[in-house]
This record gives sequence, C-alpha cells and structure tokens, in this order.
Amino acid sequence: MYAIEAQNLTYTYGIKTPFEKTAIRDVSVQIPAGEFVGVIGHTGSGKSTLIQHINGLLRPTSGKLLLNGKDIWENPKEIRKVRFSAGLVFQYPEHQLFETTVYKDIAFGPTNMGLSEEEVRLRVEEAAEFTGISSALMDQSPFELSGGQKRRVAIAGVIAMRPEVLILDEPTAGLDPRGRDKILDRLRRYHQAQKNTVLLVSHSMEDVAEYCTSALVMNRGTLFAYDTVENVFCRTEELEQMGLAIPAITQVFHRLAAAGIPVSRNVFTMDAAKQALSAALEGRGRNA
Amino acid sequence: MLNDITLGQYFPGNSPLHKMDPRIKILLTVLFVVSLFLVSDPLFLIAPVIFIGILYLIARIPVRFLLKSLKPLIPILIFTTVLNLFFLPGDVTLFSFWVIQISDKGLLNAILVLIRIVCLIAGSSLLTYTTSPIALTDGIERLLSPLGKLKFPVHDLAMMMSIALRFIPTLIEETEKIMSAQKARGADMETGSLVQRAKALVPILIPLLVSAFRRAEELALAMECRCYRGGEGRTRMKQLKLHLRDLWGSLITVILCGGMIALGFLL
Repeated sequence: MYAIEAQNLTYTYGIKTPFEKTAIRDVSVQIPAGEFVGVIGHTGSGKSTLIQHINGLLRPTSGKLLLNGKDIWENPKEIRKVRFSAGLVFQYPEHQLFETTVYKDIAFGPTNMGLSEEEVRLRVEEAAEFTGISSALMDQSPFELSGGQKRRVAIAGVIAMRPEVLILDEPTAGLDPRGRDKILDRLRRYHQAQKNTVLLVSHSMEDVAEYCTSALVMNRGTLFAYDTVENVFCRTEELEQMGLAIPAITQVFHRLAAAGIPVSRNVFTMDAAKQALSAALEGRGRNA
Repeated sequence: MLNDITLGQYFPGNSPLHKMDPRIKILLTVLFVVSLFLVSDPLFLIAPVIFIGILYLIARIPVRFLLKSLKPLIPILIFTTVLNLFFLPGDVTLFSFWVIQISDKGLLNAILVLIRIVCLIAGSSLLTYTTSPIALTDGIERLLSPLGKLKFPVHDLAMMMSIALRFIPTLIEETEKIMSAQKARGADMETGSLVQRAKALVPILIPLLVSAFRRAEELALAMECRCYRGGEGRTRMKQLKLHLRDLWGSLITVILCGGMIALGFLL
C-alpha cells in the first residue's frame, strides 16, 4: 500500500469556456510512505494542480487519487477529513494568517478538527517546536513578525493538524538564505521525527538534492519521472531539454569528468562533492 | 463560484466595436439605456433587442458570456416580473385563480420591465466587454474633463477608477487562493447556520484586507518611484481620435434611439 497513489489522474480547468486547459494528463504515480519527495518541474508543468489533488481541493476530471489505498472521493462529504490527513502549505502561506495571536492562528486547523482544548494546546506546542517558534512569540500578533517567522507560523498551522502527508508548495520562495535553510532544516527534522511523507515543491535543484529522498518531475502536464534523486538527476540531458537545470555542483563535476579528471558524474550535494574530490586527490597522490 | 463575476471583464477582440472610440461608446450606451426607459410599449422594444443581438454578433461575444452577466440578476428579474404580473390591476383580467389575478396591464408591464432590464444589462455589459478598462477610464476622464475647470479632480477620479478596475481580477484570484488555503486548514464555508457561515468568512476577509493594503502600498510606492504626481502637465501616449466607424456607429444608434424616444412620446 502506498501513502499516495494517483491513477490516470487528469484535470481540466474551465471546462466549456474559451479558457479550457488541461493542466495534468494521465498522471499515474505511487509514492510509498515515509518518503521526502522533491516535486520539480517548470512553471506551468502541473505541479500545483497535482498537489492540490492530494488533499482534495481539486476533484479530478478523470482518474483517481488514493491516500493510504483509499479513494479520497469515495465519499465527497468526508473530504474535509482528507484535508486533515494531507496537509497542504500553499505558496506564500503567511498571506493566510488572520488571527490576533500566533497561538490562535496555529490552533485554527486543529480546532477545526474538533479536538479538545487540551489536545489542541499539545499540538500547537508540538508544531511550534518543530518550526522553531519560541513560546515568547505565541501571544504576539502574527502581523508583527518578520517574513521568515510569519512563514514558519503558517507552516506550523498545517503541521499542527498532524497530517500523514505534508505538502509544501515552494516554502522558501522569497526568503533570504538563512531563512530558507532554517525552514528546510526544520522540515528535515520534522520528517525524521514523524516518519511521515513530505512533498516539497521546489525550483531549487540544490535543495531537492540536499533534502529529498526521491524526486517527482512534471513536464507539460505529464509525469516525466518518479524515482530516487540520484536516478532522476542522472537524466541530465532530458532535464536540461525541459529547461530544468541540474544542481550547480553536478555541473562542475560533469566538467571535471569531461576534462579527464577521474570523478563520478553523479555528485549532487556539497558533502558528496567534498568526499569525491578528496578521494580523487588521494588517488592522484598515490599515483604520483 | 467567484468566476461568475464578469462585470468589468474585458473580452479581447478585433471587431469594429472593439476599435470604436471609448468616449463615443460610453455616450451611446447612456443614450441607449435612457431611451429604453422612455419606451412604454413592449412592441417598440423589439428593435433594441434585435439591435443588441446584432452588436453581440459583430463583437463576436459568445451568448454564454451574456447569460453569465445576467445570472446574478435572475432573482431581481423574477421578483419584478412576479410583482408586475400578479399585482398590477388592469382593465381586463386574463387569468384568475384564488388570490392570483393576471391583468392585461400586468402582463404587458411584466414583459416590458423584463426586456428593459435584460437590454440594460446586455447593453452596458457590451460596453465593458468591448472596451478594455484602461480605454474605459480614459474615455470617462476625457468626457469629464470639462468639469476640471470647476476644480473637480477628474484625473484623480479616473486614476482611482482604473486602479480599482485593474485590481478586481487580482483580488478575486487572491480570494480564491486564501479560500483554498483556509479550506486546507479545515475551514468550513459551505455548511452551518447563517451565523456560522458569517463567522467562517473572517479567516478569508482579514487576510484579503491585509493583502489589499499591502498591494495598495506597493503600488503607491511604485508610482512615486516613477515620479507620478497627478494629472497636471501629463500627456498621453495614446491620443483618442475619432474615426469613420465612430460616425457610423453614432449615426445608427442615434437614429434607433431617437426613433424609439419619438415613438414613445407620440404614442
């Protein structure tokens, strides 16, 4: 059984209007539980449409979406429950903040679930812990926080629902490098602690290489690949044809290999690069 | 749901109607609407119905769009029709059952009002379908410019209008986004009592207001950065010029409306 399974998912916007457009076509994919999936693709490739199906915000024009083996549209009246088990964090989630205090805003989701006050408090504190929001901030207005803090509060608001699947649409867009690293590191810690499935939509191949265990590539509304990060990034040429760059460090290693230096071409992260380089240098020392 | 709002939505095209001078179009629309209300016999409304139909054909605007702009008015249409139909006493009773009585006058008046409102909406929608918001406010500004001599802030008003029009689609999009985001957090907007539904709007309205203010501030800053300081001494890149098609359009509409008004007064 898979955490998320799409079966021939197709979605068309604006049916029977001049603006009719098929956003995703015949997407079938199986994502096992516990994966940290990087969702990549060009603007307009259907990433956002795909992820909005996973928590039932969009209903497929045809095809099915299964969460833990269950068709989420089996009973349309129960769709709110699906939204609690698949938490979706939109782009610029800080724009959705509305409560008078940070605490109340994070509590919005769990309160909607109908949990007891005690349980809500527990979950809010847990989510704040995961996203690194200190208890001093809890009674402040969310509108007084910095951009990075606001975003972490908004992400906490979804994490507090304890979703089995957490989906984030470009959670680092528009943040400075420090704010970005903070959010991604927190997410990794959250994923390791909760062992649930996380989907991260990202334009940064570096981030996908660094943080994700597998990658899902969308191209022009169809699924191009779903595989481990290594296997996906090995298809460099195809990715580049789609207008997707591979990580900068991988490009460096491709050039090195082309220049005749004995290094692997499949280096995607800084740590791997360090190891590969020192191994290559060592080999050279021995040869000399 | 929000996609139903078509008021002020421009339907791009290349027809003579699209190319007409916005000033002329505004004046003709006003004339058309006024003449609709000076006619008291439904028979004389046949001409404007055909006229509007032809104009929609020329502008190549699908009927679906017209129906869409009529949709929000269906309750009003039903209400006025029912009121006129059942409660207007006349000379001859055509149909009577229990307390309901339909008189000849009631029937005529119901048809008259119905056609009037439909033509009114169709006519004014045609203006916004064939005229981009920028051209529209441009036209309004030029038409109102004589008022500027009376210290009336014509340019400011026109700028405010064009900004407001410009931001309608943006705010609709924003609303949809916020609604999705709050739905993803389990907000329930579709069920519950009236009070509960009103309360459920708070998580949408507050972020929407905040974002509207943020956008306004950003826009003001961007305008100041480009040295915007009101209309004084400002020239236009696109000068409005009258063409032959404006003359023809005016002539046809004026004859039609003049005829309607004249008949309305004579009979």
